[in-house]
Amino acid sequence: MTAANDVSAGRVTAKPLDYPAVVKECGLTALVMFGLAAGMVAFRIRDVPGGLEIATRFGSVVAITVIGFFGRLAMVLLREGRPFPVLVTALPFAVVMLAALSASRFVEPETAALVEGYLPFGDVVVNWIITIVAFVLAGRAVWALRHTGASARTVSDREEAMDAFAARIQRMARFLGPVLLASAIVLPLLAFAPNLPFLPKVDRRLLDIGILVLTYVMLGWGLNIVVGLAGLLDLGYVAFYAVGAYSYALLATHYDLSFWVCLPFAGLMAATAGIILGFPVLRLRGDYLAIVTLGFGEMIRIILLNWYDFTNGPDGISGIARPSFFGLPFLRKPPEGVETFHSFFGLTYAPIDRIIFLYYLILTMALITNVFTLRIRKLPVGRAWEALREDEIACRSLGINPRNTKLTAFSIGAMFSGFAGSFFATRQGFISPESFTFIESAVILAIVVLGGFGSQIGVVLAAIILIGLPEFFRELQQYRMLAFGAAMVLIMIWRPAGLLAHREPTIRLPEIAKGKSRSGGDAAEAAP
Amino acid sequence: MSAARQSVAVDAPLLNVEHLTMRFGGLVAIDDVSFEAAEKQITAIIGPNGAGKTTVFNCLTGFYKPTVGRLALNHPTAGTFLLEQMEGFRIPGKAGVARTFQNIRLFGAMSVLENLIVAQHNKLMHASAFTFGGLLGLPRYRHAEAKAVDLARYWLDRVGLTGRADWDAANLPYGDQRRLEIARAMCTQPVLLCLDEPAAGLNPRESADLNQLLTYIRDEHRIGLLLIEHDMNVVMGISDHIVVLDYGRKISDGSPEQVRNDPTVIRAYLGEEEDEELPPEVAADLAANRD
Repeated sequence: MTAANDVSAGRVTAKPLDYPAVVKECGLTALVMFGLAAGMVAFRIRDVPGGLEIATRFGSVVAITVIGFFGRLAMVLLREGRPFPVLVTALPFAVVMLAALSASRFVEPETAALVEGYLPFGDVVVNWIITIVAFVLAGRAVWALRHTGASARTVSDREEAMDAFAARIQRMARFLGPVLLASAIVLPLLAFAPNLPFLPKVDRRLLDIGILVLTYVMLGWGLNIVVGLAGLLDLGYVAFYAVGAYSYALLATHYDLSFWVCLPFAGLMAATAGIILGFPVLRLRGDYLAIVTLGFGEMIRIILLNWYDFTNGPDGISGIARPSFFGLPFLRKPPEGVETFHSFFGLTYAPIDRIIFLYYLILTMALITNVFTLRIRKLPVGRAWEALREDEIACRSLGINPRNTKLTAFSIGAMFSGFAGSFFATRQGFISPESFTFIESAVILAIVVLGGFGSQIGVVLAAIILIGLPEFFRELQQYRMLAFGAAMVLIMIWRPAGLLAHREPTIRLPEIAKGKSRSGGDAAEAAP
Repeated sequence: MSAARQSVAVDAPLLNVEHLTMRFGGLVAIDDVSFEAAEKQITAIIGPNGAGKTTVFNCLTGFYKPTVGRLALNHPTAGTFLLEQMEGFRIPGKAGVARTFQNIRLFGAMSVLENLIVAQHNKLMHASAFTFGGLLGLPRYRHAEAKAVDLARYWLDRVGLTGRADWDAANLPYGDQRRLEIARAMCTQPVLLCLDEPAAGLNPRESADLNQLLTYIRDEHRIGLLLIEHDMNVVMGISDHIVVLDYGRKISDGSPEQVRNDPTVIRAYLGEEEDEELPPEVAADLAANRD
C-alpha cells in the first residue's frame, strides 16, 4: 500500500515505516487522551430537580481516544513523508463533518437532528474544532505533496525559516507602530461619525475595551522596564498598581483633591513602595527574586484587606472623584454655579464624552511611559539596566553600582504602575482589594513575555491579543479561556522568545549608521 | 572613600600588595603574599592550577575582602587608595583598576559598541546629570556621549572590531570576545589593567596579536598591566616581571630569566623526583617491592 502511495506521490521515500513503533506512538497518544478524557469528560455533575445527578458521556471519551489515535497517525505519516494517506482520510472526514455541522441549513430540522446525533461530540464548538483540525491536516498533506521533499525539512531548517519570518515582521513593526498609534488616536472620533462601511460601530463598549487594553499596555510598558530591561523578574507588580490606586482614592475621598493633584502623589507613593521592596531583595536574582516579589504583592493586598480603619477593608472605597477636563467636570446636571465640560464648550451633554476623555487620558499616559522608556534606554542608566540583566559581575567590574541601578529600575517601573493605578481608580470610581490579585500580575507579566522581553511594540500586540480579544469574544463563553491557552501554547512553540523579540542597538557608530563602512566591515570579515 | 585615600609617596610602585592572606573557612587560598606591580610594566602572576592567582585578582578588584593584608594603589593623579577598604564597584571608577575575566563576561545581548559605552557609565552618568539632563536632551550629555563614542571607536580600531560594532557581543568569535573584553576594560580608562588568562583558548596567531596589543597598551597608554596566564609564550614574551604562586604562597619573584631558572619554580611545575622526597626507609621498601 505504501509503495503505491509513493508512486502516486511521485517520489520514493527514504526509509520504510517502522509499523510497531508507529502503532506504539499512536497508541500512547490515544492512551493519554483516554486518561485525560476519562477523568475530565466522562462524568459530569448535572443539576436536576431534587438534587444532583451524575451524567455520563462515554461516547465522547471513545471519540476523543479514536481521534487522538488517528490524529497522531496523521502527524506521524506527515513527518515520515507520506502525505497521501493523510489526505485521503482527513479531507473526506473534514468534508463530512462540515456537511453534518451545516446540515440544519439545508435539510429538514428532523433530518438535521438525526445527523447531529451522529456527530462525535455533543458540543457544537468542539465539533467545529475537530473539523478545522482535520482541514489543517489535509492542507498540510496537500502542501507536502506539492513541495516534494519539503515535508522532510529538518528542525534547523524550520527555525531558520522562522527567523527569516520574524525578521520580516520586525521590519514591518517599524510601520506597525505609527499605524497602531494613528488608529488609536482616530478610534474614539469614529463615535461621532455616521455608520461607515467596513468599520466597526464605535460605541461605549468598544471604547471601554480600548481603555482596558491601553491600561494594560501602560502596565506592560512599566513592567518592561523592570523585567525586560533590568532583567528583574517581578511577580508582584500589581502591588504598585494597588498602591497607586489607593493613594489616589484615599487622597481624593479624604482631602477632596483632584485627579491631577493626586496623580504625581500616587506615582511617588508607588515609587517609594518600589524602593521599599527593592532594598531587601537587592541580593536576590532569578527565581528567588520572583518568590519575594510574589510575597510582596500578596502582602500589600492582605494589608489592604485587613487594615479596615484605613482602607475600608474588603468593602473597598467607593465614590472616588471622576477626573475632570482641567477643572471642568463631566456632569449632566451640575450643581449651581459649576461650569461643566459641555456647557463650557457649548455642546449638548453626551455620556460618551467622559469615556472618550478617559480614553485619551490613558492613551497619553501610556505614550508618556513609552517615550520615557525609549529615551531612557539610550541613557547611561538604561544601558546599565540592560548590562545588569546580562551580567551583574561584569557590571561591578566596570564601576556600575548595582544597588542604585536596581533601585532605579524598581522605583521607575513602580511609578508608572502607580500612575496606571490612579487612572484605574478614577475610571472605576470604586476600588477594593479584589482588583489587585496575583492573577493581575501574572497577566501583565504574560503580556511582557508574549510581546518579547524589552519590545515596546510587542507589548502592544500582546495586550491586544491577551486583553482585547477575550473581551471581544465574550460570546464564546468558556471557550474564551481555551482559545487564550491555545494562543499562548502556539506562541511559545513558534516564537519562544516572544512575538517580537528583537533588540536594536541603542547606539551605533556614526559611519555605520549611514551604511558607509558596512561594506568595509564585510571586506574585513572576508579577509583571511 | 576619603578614608581610603592618602597622599602618594614619591616613587611608590603603582600597586603594592603586602601580606595578602585570604581564608575561606579553613582553606587558606592565599597565604601572606606580597608583591609589587609597577606602572608601564607587565607583571605576570603564574602558578599551577589552584595556586590562588584568580583569588588575588578578586581581592584586588573588590570581589573578595582579604582576611589580612594591605593593597595600596598609588594612582598617578588621585592619590593612594587602599583597595581592601573600598566597596567593590567603586574600585574601577575611583582607583582605576579594571579587569577581565577568565570565563569571558561580556554583555551578550548588547552590541559591541554598547559594551564599550557601558564601560564609560560613571562618566556619562555625571554628564547626563544622573539621567535628568539626559532625558531633556541637554547638549552637555550629547557632547559627552559623542566623546564616549570616540573613545570606543579608538579601542574598536585597536582590537580590529570596528566592522562588527553592531554585532551582538555573544555572536562574536571567541578570540574577538577576548579582545573586546580587554577593549571594554580599557574604556574605563584604568591605571592598572588586570587580565585573567587573556590567551586562554586562543590559537598561536591570535595569541601573537594579543602580545602585540598588550605591549601596545603598556607602551602607549603607560599603565600597569597585571596578567594571569598559563601560556608561557605570552608570559615569557612580554612580561617585565613575574610572580610565581604555588598553593597560595609566593615561591618566586623576578625577571622572566630569573624565574625560568629558579629550581623552586621548576619543581612546582614539573614535580620533584620521586626518590628525593621519600624517606630513605620507604624508598628502600619500594625498591625491594619493585623486584
